[in-house]
Amino acid sequence: MLVKKTLFSIFLYCTLIKTALSAESGGMPQLDPEFWFSQIFWLIFTFGLLFFILSKFILPNISSNLENRKSQILENIEKAEEQRQESENKIKEFDKIIYESKVQAKNILNEAKKKISEDINNKKKLLEDKINSEIKSVENEINELRKRSPETINQIAISTSSDLLKQLIGADVNQSNISAIVEDLSKKEKGKYYGV
Amino acid sequence: MAANPMYQFNVYRIGPEIKLGEIDLSFTNASLFMVLSALTVLIIFKLGSKKNIIIPNKIQLLAELSYSFISKMISDTAGTKAKPYFSFIFSLFMFVLFCNMLGMIPYSFTVTSHIIVTFVLAAFIFIGVTIIGFLKHGLGYLKLFVPSGVPIVLLPLIVVIEIISYLSRPISLSVRLFANMMAGHTMMKVFGGFVVSLGIVGGWLPLSFSVALTGLEILVAFLQAYVFAILTCIYLNDALNLHH
Repeated sequence: MLVKKTLFSIFLYCTLIKTALSAESGGMPQLDPEFWFSQIFWLIFTFGLLFFILSKFILPNISSNLENRKSQILENIEKAEEQRQESENKIKEFDKIIYESKVQAKNILNEAKKKISEDINNKKKLLEDKINSEIKSVENEINELRKRSPETINQIAISTSSDLLKQLIGADVNQSNISAIVEDLSKKEKGKYYGV
Repeated sequence: MAANPMYQFNVYRIGPEIKLGEIDLSFTNASLFMVLSALTVLIIFKLGSKKNIIIPNKIQLLAELSYSFISKMISDTAGTKAKPYFSFIFSLFMFVLFCNMLGMIPYSFTVTSHIIVTFVLAAFIFIGVTIIGFLKHGLGYLKLFVPSGVPIVLLPLIVVIEIISYLSRPISLSVRLFANMMAGHTMMKVFGGFVVSLGIVGGWLPLSFSVALTGLEILVAFLQAYVFAILTCIYLNDALNLHH
């Protein structure tokens, strides 16, 4: 065995030193091989035990603690990022809703305006129609009246002139004669009295 | 307390003598501080790995920070392939660090100030790394001694130098830690002795030195543990990712 060989050579070496120093009390206690094997044995024992317990029971715990913390922190960061994203989305949604409602309000306003103007237009039209028809009927009446008026005037003229003649000459005058004269006159003077 | 500054490195038996055949395996003050260091590490990290809570408490933060510190050190120096050796390097760093640090307590014993302890650790690392290298690359691991881009004339010399530098790794690794710890503690002891011998009149200067040295030694205790661990990583890197 290599270890045994080295230990043996150490032992040989130290016995040589020991004889060289010949148990001098003023020398270095480190070179006194009396307790070398005890020190080697206890070093191997304590260090071996320390190594065994550390590597089997303690270091895996520390490593897993560190790993867990790392993963937890990463998870939390991820979660926070997610929540941030969510809130951003909500803000976007909110903005969208506001925008939509604005558009809707505008549409409603426009529609109302349109309706009102249509209403107004309709009523105006109705009114205008009514006015127009009234004006037309009145015009018709007037026209009729105008059409009829020369006849009436002629008749009045005939009857008046016959009455006048009767009172002037005291005898009945031929109606047809009078009417012929009146007609003749009225035809002659037509443009003078009527705008026809 | 003896005035000899080397007295603090004496190893003595605590309790009965334990013998396994010819070999003395008695429990000593060195063994006591090894056990104490290992126990301190275990208690701190046991408490630090207990509950799986999202916001760590202080001791858990300490454990997790050291975990990620060493994990980062390994991945920086030896790459992702060194991940299976994480527990070993973590234990090594913590053990050396706590042996160094417990040694800074007055009247305590510094385990790592003994060459045999650091040498066994370094030799174990050296042998382990060599085995890993041969297992991973077969005989191709010997290419480590042949750097690329070297003129053929120089190659025999370079190979010899490379082999010597490779073989001296466990010695340099162990002596670095041992010498640092021993020198620091000896210096502190010497200055402490000056404080006593110069008395209340002249003792202030060595006392202030001693205070400064304590700070420096705590830094060295951490730094040497770090250097020990990082050199292990570098050797492991050589074995795992053959660059030459």
